[in-house]
Order: sequence, then C-alpha cells, then structure tokens
Amino acid sequence: MTALLVALGAAVGAPLRYAIGQLLDGRFPAGMLLVNTLGSGLFGVLAALSLGDAGWALLGTGFCGGFTSFSTFAVQAVERPARAATAYVVATAVLSVGACAVGWSLAGLVG
Amino acid sequence: MSTRHLAATDLAVVAAGGAVGALLRLAVDTAAPDTLFPWPTLAINVVGAFVLGVLPALAVVRRSRRVAAALGPGVLGGFTTVSAWAGQVRGLADTGHVGLAGAVLALTLAAGLAAAALGRHLAHRAEPPGAVE
Repeated sequence: MTALLVALGAAVGAPLRYAIGQLLDGRFPAGMLLVNTLGSGLFGVLAALSLGDAGWALLGTGFCGGFTSFSTFAVQAVERPARAATAYVVATAVLSVGACAVGWSLAGLVG
Repeated sequence: MSTRHLAATDLAVVAAGGAVGALLRLAVDTAAPDTLFPWPTLAINVVGAFVLGVLPALAVVRRSRRVAAALGPGVLGGFTTVSAWAGQVRGLADTGHVGLAGAVLALTLAAGLAAAALGRHLAHRAEPPGAVE
C-alpha cells in the first residue's frame, strides 16, 4: 500500500516538475529553482501536519520527493558557467531549506 | 524556451520513470538502518547525480529523446530529492543538531556536485567525436 501511494504521488510530481522545467529553465534554471523551493516548502508544511502513514507516503515521500530533484539540480549546476552555477547552488540551498522552515513554522501556527 | 512544446508522451514516460525512481528511493530508505545522520538520502542524491551526469554516455539515451526523458527527469528525478534533504537539514537544526545540519547541507552539495561533474566528464569522454548533444 505504501509503495503504491509513493509511486502515485511521484507519478504526479515528476511530470509536473518536467513541465515547469521545460517552460521556465533557460540560461538560468529558474524553473527547477522554483520547483525545489515550492516542493521543500510543501514538505515542511506536511511534516508539521503529522499526516498518517498513507498521507505521508502519497504527499511527502511520493509527491514532494518526485516533484523535487537533486540530480537535475546538480547536473544543471555543473553545466553552467561558474558565476551562474554559484548563484544557482546558493539560491537552491538557501531557498529550499528556508522554504521548508517557513512551511513548517506556518503549518505549526495553524495546526 | 517558450517555443519548446510539451509532448504528452514525454510527460507520460517521465511520470512512469518518476514512479520507479521514487520506489527505488523508498526501498533504500526502508532497507537502511535508522541513524541520526541521514546517510540514505545523501547516498541517493550523490549516486543519482552521478548517474544523471553520465547518462548521455549510453547510445540509446543519445538516440531516443523518450528514453532520455524516462531515465533522466523520470527515474533519476524521482529517485533523488531536494525536499527530503531540506527537511532533514531543517529537522536537525530544529532539534539542536546545528552542526550536523550544516554538515548534511554542505556534504550533500559538495559530494553531489562533484558526482555530477565526474559523470558529465566521463560522458563527454565516452561520446564519439561529432556526436550530437
């Protein structure tokens, strides 16, 4: 059951990531930066909501895990010229962890 | 950029590949022992970054856009994750393990970027001269 929910969530998250990347990634990978920031923010919200095992499998491990992508980020970074790569790496690290913390705090206030 | 169009078949193979990658990630997470330092996610992201980098060395990936999409943004995109990494850094920092949080952040970046660069380097060497990107 857990495996099915994880697969289902990722089957939605992965093509959504791909579409956003295709539409917004250019010389600077703004699409993937947006995806990884939003996905990490949502992950923080979900973690604070203490979902059940099924909900976490579908949305946390499945959707957020499949939506965000470290491998795409890393390859995009090493393919960029040094200055753009540095900006991309710093922005991804700061915004992803920051969004996750903000999501966690906001959901904690509400829940 | 906006001139690129999204083919439904590309989205479908990325969805299928993403599901497979996420299941592989789940299998690694389930098999790994529970430790304070999140080794499984670190390993997943470093291995995934290397494999994505080296992927163009496979002739079938260079020939078929669909196979490339299924394996790259699909399987490896679904296998690796930024959200779990960010969640672990946040969680460790929040529970007083600030040094460990910094280590997870820095080590993932350093090892992941090095792995992607190594993969890319090997893929470029493997490509026959005049091969199209």
